[in-house]
Amino acid sequence: MTSTLSSRRAPLANPIEQLATLDASMTGRATFDEALRGAGWNALTPATLEIFQINLGKLCNMTCRHCHVDAGPDRSDAMMTRETLDACLRALDQTAAHTVDITGGAPELHPEFRYLVDETHKRGKHVIDRCNLSVLLLPRNDGLAEWLGDRDVEIVASLPHYRQRNTDAQRGDGAFEKSIAALRLLNAAGYGQGDPRRMLSLMTNPAGAFLAAPQSSIENEWKTALKRDFGITFDRLLALNNMPISRFLEWLIESNNLDSYMSRLVDGFNPAAIPGVMCRNTISISWDGRLFDCDFNQMLDLDAVTTSSMTIETFDAAAWQQRHVITRAHCFGCTAGAGSSCGGATA
Amino acid sequence: MSDHYYAPDHLKAFGTISEGAPELGKKFFEYYSAVFAAGALTEREKALIALAVAHTVQCPYCIDAYTTECLQKGSDIEQMTEAVHVACAIRGGASLVHGMQMKEHAAKVGM
Repeated sequence: MTSTLSSRRAPLANPIEQLATLDASMTGRATFDEALRGAGWNALTPATLEIFQINLGKLCNMTCRHCHVDAGPDRSDAMMTRETLDACLRALDQTAAHTVDITGGAPELHPEFRYLVDETHKRGKHVIDRCNLSVLLLPRNDGLAEWLGDRDVEIVASLPHYRQRNTDAQRGDGAFEKSIAALRLLNAAGYGQGDPRRMLSLMTNPAGAFLAAPQSSIENEWKTALKRDFGITFDRLLALNNMPISRFLEWLIESNNLDSYMSRLVDGFNPAAIPGVMCRNTISISWDGRLFDCDFNQMLDLDAVTTSSMTIETFDAAAWQQRHVITRAHCFGCTAGAGSSCGGATA
Repeated sequence: MSDHYYAPDHLKAFGTISEGAPELGKKFFEYYSAVFAAGALTEREKALIALAVAHTVQCPYCIDAYTTECLQKGSDIEQMTEAVHVACAIRGGASLVHGMQMKEHAAKVGM
């Protein structure tokens, strides 16, 4: 059974330790910036800001082995306040971003989750709930699927595989059964049946030290299998690489896979994946109102660097667009193979 | 030099085999890449075939390489194990079907 790095006071709970481990694993390899330059990019520059990704905190009902957030049931120490949440909304109003992407932890456990969904929906934004599925089965969330459907919220649900073995290996024993129950509940609420107002996207991460399969090549197989075996339908499949940080980094080290996994990421560098990486069109906001280029940089305490330092309280849309994205070795995770971002493959 | 056969590092260094015969090496690796590109078969189908063949020719380098490749193409352990069983069945069947020759010869020389 996995527990959080934080609860074990593991050295890797400290982002500085994670970065040092990653840097050490890169000895003798090209840096990410060198790879970028080789592909004709002097720096990773912002594209138009399209997505506000708000991380409500690290509290989660699950403790998955690959979690890059180190989320878990014991992480109520990191939860966004209503004041910070309102600052997110004020910042959102300064921009033309079309999507609000709500993540965590399990964002549905946050007491202000419904408030945030309501406020962003009222503003006409496309709202994404990054959902671990099992959270929908908790008594406190009775009726949540219908409630989200009434607000056109897209559910992006984590499911490593359409069979039990790989899902339970990554997310814990019993996770698959609960995921199937939650998917049935979402289908019953009208999700996953081609209605653009009730979009159900499944997100798969590899259950191990290898790259994600090209999502377009496996989507039909997933649709056929889930329909055949469980009567479940969904709209699209997103495939993401695992980031070599936090608990997945710990697993890579313990399983003696770190070196080969970093080789896979570095050797798999795909220049065609660069333009679509999420750090270019996304602002990532942490539970305490700090600003990051992406959720992974957030977990590594790599704050976005802007001309004048800012938090979500002092957000300046023009200055945000002037920054350069902060990159380190983990960025190879987003450019390997078919590319990988919160929206799935980028190449 | 490795003090045992089948050193894992040999796979990473496979490209250096071209040093002794660069033109042949170049042709081989170009051919190899072309074989595994998507064509009438998908890359995933080709990886599963390669995995099965790797077990038949008992190449540990190929087994490691195509296990990872199959996983990265979206196959899972159930599908890959079935592929290995295909190799096993053909290999076993190939032995058994030679029993027909044994039968015929036994009939010929026997009473």
